[in-house]
Amino acid sequence: MLRPVRTDLHLHTCLSPCAALQMSPRKIAALAKEKAIDIIAICDHNSAENIPAVIEAGRKLSLKVIPGMEVTTREEVHLLALFSKLESAFELQEKIYAHLPGENNPDLYGWQIVANENDEVLSFNQRLLIGATTLTLEETIQLIHSLGGLAIASHIDRQGFSLLGQLGFIPPGLPLDALEISPRLSFEEAKKKFTYSYPLVAFSDAHKPEEIGAATTSFFVADLIFEEIVMALKGQGGRKILN
Amino acid sequence: MNLKEIIDRLNLKVFTSRASLDGTVTGGYTSDLLSDVMANAREGNLWITLQIHPNIVAVGKLKDLAGIVLVNGRQPEEETRQKAEEENLPLLGTEENSFVISGKLYFLLKEKEK
Repeated sequence: MLRPVRTDLHLHTCLSPCAALQMSPRKIAALAKEKAIDIIAICDHNSAENIPAVIEAGRKLSLKVIPGMEVTTREEVHLLALFSKLESAFELQEKIYAHLPGENNPDLYGWQIVANENDEVLSFNQRLLIGATTLTLEETIQLIHSLGGLAIASHIDRQGFSLLGQLGFIPPGLPLDALEISPRLSFEEAKKKFTYSYPLVAFSDAHKPEEIGAATTSFFVADLIFEEIVMALKGQGGRKILN
Repeated sequence: MNLKEIIDRLNLKVFTSRASLDGTVTGGYTSDLLSDVMANAREGNLWITLQIHPNIVAVGKLKDLAGIVLVNGRQPEEETRQKAEEENLPLLGTEENSFVISGKLYFLLKEKEK
């Protein structure tokens, strides 16, 4: 039976250099549960390394966690990738790492902590995760799709690192699956402002614990799985976006 | 050329109140892509950009830039300004666009060389 499912599919963890250290797997899962969110997705910058820990922390609380990543393209456009399987996110990571130059400087950009489901530090990621990959926007979308994922343009209402901020327009025919609105704009305002043919979704892009759930999207779907969200974005089988 | 003198001559706004303006400007670099600035700007350069998010401060610090000039009358985000204060990186502004302010800075630095 179809029912409304509340999602926040753009959360960062302490692996993202710009995110708060308090964004640990267990804390994220607990706060999402507390805020009555049914599905979350972990989308750290150019890395998938903290997804297993959040999935495990979520499992203990019966919280569905979708694997994802926020990729920085050559144009410095942020692009969300969401997947059904964890392996797909790691396959994307392998390709991203091969196209991501530079080394992190924790003093300037922040620490990049890989944690386990008990919020224990496993290691520090040394790559320049805040940096841009050498993959173009089109190449990145194609890569995400080839791995069975959804490609969503991040926070298009923001100036920095957004598709519209960096390019000024959406290249005609760009095969995106949706456009994301940040919590800075209400969904009503966004619908008036952005009249593209792509579906609109709103997520928090949380970098701090208190930002989790600051914007959510409710989907009318049959189950708490990735495939149902894909159907909702395509408007198939009665599935839809409810915002 | 001294940063203070450039600020006076180009009539730049100063967003940071505590960052030192005594630095020497070795040249300029105009770009809105952070990765490009990381790759090509030189130490002591004045960076001209329209980006206003906090990451510009990290890049400015990494490259040891003399300061950042925000164009088109853009205001830095509050977090950007605070970070610049903490990092002692002058954050400046102009109503001009990137082309015009780059040209003015270029001629000012050339004139000084003579």
